[in-house]
Amino acid sequence: MIEASTGNYAAAQAARLAKADVVAVYPITPQTTISEYVASMVQKGEMNAEFLLMESEHSAMSALIGASTIGARTFTATSSHGLALMHEMLMWAVGARTPIVMPVAARAIGGPWNIWGDHQDAISERDTGWLQFFCENNQEVLDTILMAYRVAEDRNVMLPAMVVEDGFVLSHTVERIDIPDQEEVDAYLPKYSPEFFADTENPMRFGGLVTPDLWTEFRYRIAESHEISREKLKAAEKDFEKVFGRSYGSPVETYRCEDADAVLIAAGAVAGTAKEVADQLRMQGKKVGVARIRVFRPFPSEEIRKLVSSVPSVGVLDKSYTFGDGGAMFNEVRSAAGTLEIGSYIAGLGGRDVPPKVLIKIFNNILEKNRGTVWADLKGGDFDD
Amino acid sequence: MSQVSKDIIEIRFHGRGGQGAVIASEILAKAAIKEGMYASAFPSFGVERRGAPVSAFCRISSKPIWTHASIYEPDYVVILDQGLIRLTNVLQGMKSDGTAIINTSKSAEELGLPENTITFDATSAALKFGLGSQTSPIVNTAILGAFAKVCDVVPMNSILECIKQSVPAKREENAAAAEFAYGVVA
Repeated sequence: MIEASTGNYAAAQAARLAKADVVAVYPITPQTTISEYVASMVQKGEMNAEFLLMESEHSAMSALIGASTIGARTFTATSSHGLALMHEMLMWAVGARTPIVMPVAARAIGGPWNIWGDHQDAISERDTGWLQFFCENNQEVLDTILMAYRVAEDRNVMLPAMVVEDGFVLSHTVERIDIPDQEEVDAYLPKYSPEFFADTENPMRFGGLVTPDLWTEFRYRIAESHEISREKLKAAEKDFEKVFGRSYGSPVETYRCEDADAVLIAAGAVAGTAKEVADQLRMQGKKVGVARIRVFRPFPSEEIRKLVSSVPSVGVLDKSYTFGDGGAMFNEVRSAAGTLEIGSYIAGLGGRDVPPKVLIKIFNNILEKNRGTVWADLKGGDFDD
Repeated sequence: MSQVSKDIIEIRFHGRGGQGAVIASEILAKAAIKEGMYASAFPSFGVERRGAPVSAFCRISSKPIWTHASIYEPDYVVILDQGLIRLTNVLQGMKSDGTAIINTSKSAEELGLPENTITFDATSAALKFGLGSQTSPIVNTAILGAFAKVCDVVPMNSILECIKQSVPAKREENAAAAEFAYGVVA
């Protein structure tokens, strides 16, 4: 059904359609309305879930690890400081092999206080072992949550998945989306059925002490599952297209890259703006394209390597900053591509809008093959007029 | 289906917290989507306070809208409170062939606005239908009716339907105020 929907409404609808059994949340801007929509649906009986309002995000994640361990399909949502507070249990959810699916309405992390959107919160959790998807629009938020369950719950994957929507820019923006029918979703997403689960009839031990004798093997198996998830995701997206008629080119969506002289690599909603800017620049004879990293974990190294070696000049736009050398995505791209000839652009931090004029400067800079890190929308910075 | 002649129409609403500018932008987007068009609507993200200046934005197109940037060069500017023209440059960036619509009982000339500015007394219209109070009238649906007349892109019946679905109270009265405005504005 075609509806006008914010990203947060889309995320809540996905939780309903996925028939999540247990939802544990703690409110935080800009995620809060996801929790509110779900609470309302549970209260009205439109969703048959156990709804737990916890005392913190750390507790919300802990509760879901427990619920997932008994075989429940689990859902929560968070942002920013809430995600940071979860950090310990994010690691645990991976080690416990609990396929929790969690939208993150991505936001800056203080201090000082900032409630607005960027990617710092989600990017900062890149080493936890969660699968990480970045969405460009609200339809993709809904669709990706459904796909995420398929991949996360696959018995050869068994990893939690984070579905990132830009705080406010998606979470609070109304867009046209198609909300699928329950029957279609049921056909696409079978009931969660784990191989192992806590069961009083069949006692098993979960989460005990693992000695140095086996720890490496535990970690290796997680890495292995990350690798397996690559193909599983492609298959999940292919099946999704068959049922719903939509696909997103996972793991990297390329737009007008084939004959491009310059390609901007970006993730999230800003990639949509960049695609429109690329169209404008093409009309002026500038051959530019956009590559959108939709799957950040596992990182699409192979696809990025191929892309970077096939275009004359590449730059990466990060909506976060990793204190070190350039943005986090830039570093991943550079390492995958095995070249230093890549530009790093930082923009859109803490809710600063990334308008076409900033993107045009970035594209021109990539065309000129400038390298190093540019804070592209810094007041008094290199690009300020 | 779509009556969007331009590729995309961009609208900026100026109001005060509590007047319903954000809801107006959402109703407009919903109505456009109902008609098979593409639309997006978003507020000036932040911490809203009653009475403080707020802005809200809406894009309408016959094609999918990819951009997620804010609106800097609107085709239309809708001003819910005439007092705002002293506080913010409400016409900032408006396209040279753009149109401004303002809630006022004065003339554009008296307010120092361009002569092609559309004036409409949405406050009186809102009070006529019992929306809000003398000191804080809820003018969003009335001004939306005026806008619908001036920008003939989203059919009025869809807007009325979306008003009834979207406003938190006095659904019929809100719809009636919009319809009244639609009929009065030239």
